[in-house]
Order: sequence, then C-alpha cells, then structure tokens
Amino acid sequence: MATATPVEPSTVDLGPAASLSCRECGTKFPLGPSFACLECFGPLEIAYDYAGYDAEELRKRIESGPASIWRYAPLLPVPADVASKPNLNPGWTPLVKADNLGRELGFTAQLHVKDDSGNPTHSFKDRVVACAIEAARAFDFTTLSCSSTGNLAGAVGAAAARAGFKSCVFIPHDLEQGKIVMAGVYGGELVGIEGNYDDVNRFCSELIGDPAGEGWGFVNVNLRPYYGEGSKTLAYEICEQLGWRLPEQIVIPIASGSQLTKIDKGLQELIKLGLVEDRPYKIFGAQAAGCSPVATAFKDGRDVIRPVKPDTIAKSLAIGNPADGPYVLDIARRTGGAVEDVTDAEVVAAIRLLARTEGIFAETAGGVTIGVLKKLVENGLLDPAKETVAINTGDGLKTLDAVADAGLTATIRPTLESFRAAGLA
Amino acid sequence: MSATVRIPTILRSYTDGKAEVGVEGATLQEVIADLDANFPGIGQRILDETGKLRRFVNVYVNDDDVRFAEGLATAVGDGAGVSIIPAVAGGC
Repeated sequence: MATATPVEPSTVDLGPAASLSCRECGTKFPLGPSFACLECFGPLEIAYDYAGYDAEELRKRIESGPASIWRYAPLLPVPADVASKPNLNPGWTPLVKADNLGRELGFTAQLHVKDDSGNPTHSFKDRVVACAIEAARAFDFTTLSCSSTGNLAGAVGAAAARAGFKSCVFIPHDLEQGKIVMAGVYGGELVGIEGNYDDVNRFCSELIGDPAGEGWGFVNVNLRPYYGEGSKTLAYEICEQLGWRLPEQIVIPIASGSQLTKIDKGLQELIKLGLVEDRPYKIFGAQAAGCSPVATAFKDGRDVIRPVKPDTIAKSLAIGNPADGPYVLDIARRTGGAVEDVTDAEVVAAIRLLARTEGIFAETAGGVTIGVLKKLVENGLLDPAKETVAINTGDGLKTLDAVADAGLTATIRPTLESFRAAGLA
Repeated sequence: MSATVRIPTILRSYTDGKAEVGVEGATLQEVIADLDANFPGIGQRILDETGKLRRFVNVYVNDDDVRFAEGLATAVGDGAGVSIIPAVAGGC
C-alpha cells in the first residue's frame, strides 16, 4: 500500500533509520512501507540518527567489517546483525585502475572503473535489493515483487530464493534473452508485460493499491526508500577504495536517476561524518540517445523532464519517465557536472573499447557510461587531468546481442599448416 | 461525459477508501474539478498552487500519460478510465 499502516519506529529494527522524510516538503512519517508523501506526492527518503558517531571509530569499524555492503551497516537502514541473516551479501566489488582505457582517452590523471558486474547476479541491483529485503523482513512481507528492466528482476528472484520469500516480478516481455533467463531461473513467478518499462511500472503502482497486491513488498515501489539506500554503498566503497578520499569526477548511468542521486547522498554523508575531506567533486550522468529525457532537459537548461518513448539497445536504462530525473539535474548543475547521451553505435563501440583495454565486459548500460565518458572528454566537459571514476553497473553476458558480431577470428583445421595458412603464425 | 477515476491509496482518505469513483467532465481539468467538488480537498493534492499537475503525479487517460497528450486539456471520452499515480515509483 502506498502509504497505509505505517509502522511505529519502536516496532521495527532498521538500525540508524529514524523516520521517513519527504524530499520535497520535509514532512516526516514513521518508518513503514510508504514511498510517497501524503502532503505533496514527493518521494520519501530515510532520515537517520547518526548522532554519536565518531569518525575514527566508525572508520575502524567499517574497515574491520565484512567484504560486502554490510561493512557499511551503521550507515544503512538495516539491523546491526544484518550480516548474519540469509542475504546475497553483495558489494565490495573491484575499483579497477583503468590505465589502458585512460591512456586511450587522453587521461593524465588516474581513471578508475568501479566494476559492479561482479555482484551475485552480475549487476549493481544486488545492492539495492539486499537493503529492500531487510525492510521486507521488518514489515512482515511474504512476497517480493518489482517492476524491472531485467537486472532487478534477477536480483529480486535470487535474493528471494536465498532469504525464503516468494517472488513475483514484472518485466517488459521483449527483454534480452540473457536477462529473462537470469530472472526466471530462480523459480519465482516472472511475468512479461506487453508494453515498455513505464507501462510495467504503472501496472505495479496500480497493483500495489489493489487487494491482489496485498502483503507484497515491491522493492522499488513501497520499499523504494529503503531500496534506494543500497546505491549509497557505491559511493562509500569508491571513497574507501581510494583511501577515504572523494574522487574529483564520477560518471554514472541514468535510468530512473535513483542511483546517481543516492551516490551523491552517500558522498555528502561521508563528508558530514568526517570520513573524507570535503572538496569539490563533479557528477556526470550518462544516457542513451534513444532514451535521453534527462540529458535533453540538461542541455536545454530546463528543470522539467519531458517523458519520452524509449528506443535503444540499452534496455536496462530505458525508462522514459525517470522518477528521479529532476534531482539528477539539480545534482549535475550543483556540482558542475553534466548529463550527456550517446547513440547505440557509440554504446557498442564503448563496450568493445572497455573490453579491449581493460578486460571488462560490460552490458549495454556500461557501454553508455564509457561512451559518455569518452564524449565528455572530447567535448571538454570532463577534465582528463582530474581523478575520475566511471561505473560499470552490469555484466555483458546479459546483453550478448549488442556485440553478437564478435566471435571467431578464424576457423582452421587442427594442423600447423592450416594455422599458418590463416596468417596466424 | 462520465469517466472512472482510479484513486491511489495515498488519496483514498478523501474517497472513504474507494479505489474507483465516477466523475463528470470532458477534459482532465473538468474531471479533477468534479472530483474535488465531490471529495473536497482532493484537487489540491493533485494540482499545485498555480493549478498545474504536481511534479510527482502521473495521470493517465486510458493508457496514455497526459504529458504526452494535452496535459490538463486532454480530452476524457465517455466511459474513459483516468488513473492518478505517484510518480516516484520504480527505476534503478
């Protein structure tokens, strides 16, 4: 239910989470399965009680924690003993020094790729779902659900299997085969909707207010405030892996814009908690040209996002009506960053570029990010003399069609003559 | 012209818990005005002080997002279904 039956704070243990707070008007609500403000429809966010944290103690506690997002449990809406519960325990993925890519793009400062394809279901979605699962436990939901462009469906199916929930997830019916298989293999219900992601999302929003959806935790609808916090861990990890330092520039893909918004929130928290030194950083958003409502609004200098009908191979970013788009614009403008887009051909070229230079096989969303990184350097909006992190959010095995022409460079008989004749010797 | 409006959970305190209500009106503007006449106060939750759709509300007439159509001037045909949905759902 959108805002029904809020649970009193004292009845749930979600660690430092104190209440829900409207990002638009600031109205506070008790912790509960609510996502929209009763006053203005604005998005609800978690408000924390971080009082009493000592920076040095907190840093030591984090550094001695598990090699997963749960090392940051003191900063997340999860119980203190979260690491002992059945969960996929994602995170602590590599921050790769991308020297070869950096050289090719003309970087003189260090370029890094935060490679989140190494999560349990091979996308960053495991981070957000892991947080949503803890909220679902706290609010006694028995079925997990979501609207998904593919990666989230797989992450929910897998996490539900591990944690002992039923699952019923909804995706556009025409997704890539890799994502459909990845989402279906875990045994829950996987429902294809005849429509695009925005149609799926609308359906889920209506299901949530219907008796048919009673008792369901929709990770990105009624559990969205908790779910979104999982993306903060990307910011925490990047800074810790840099030696508790802010990067100077970050390039992040945009679908709904939630991830980018929460990475900024995470960086701001680390500054306020004294875990990193405050210094300027720039946040850049990346979209595919075939679904670029945020980039278009940014370039036009508008505050309002005009929804679009997506048409791109980057299906995991194909959200034509991005919920957090206005906040992405605010953040890009506040930090001096930008929002840029690249064509599908540039996406494919960027997937190949990252694979060829760094041995990282990104899904199409990663191609969007690397493609935009390249374009931002070329058009002078991103400074190659500043330390930069680009985020690869998913594994290329999920979107094989995008690079289907890659493959055998030769087929020969098993003889040396044949090898030489093919010009390989 | 009469249409059916699907009320999100967040606004059902205005409609005595009803998930669907019948309204009159040939445009979305008229539909919202009639809704507010029947359930006083609901209109200002959907529209801001300047009378525009709030930033975080999506409205569909049948299957179409009114932002792709004529906004509040979007025609609402006889028997149409109007859905009001919080916009903050979904995504990555």
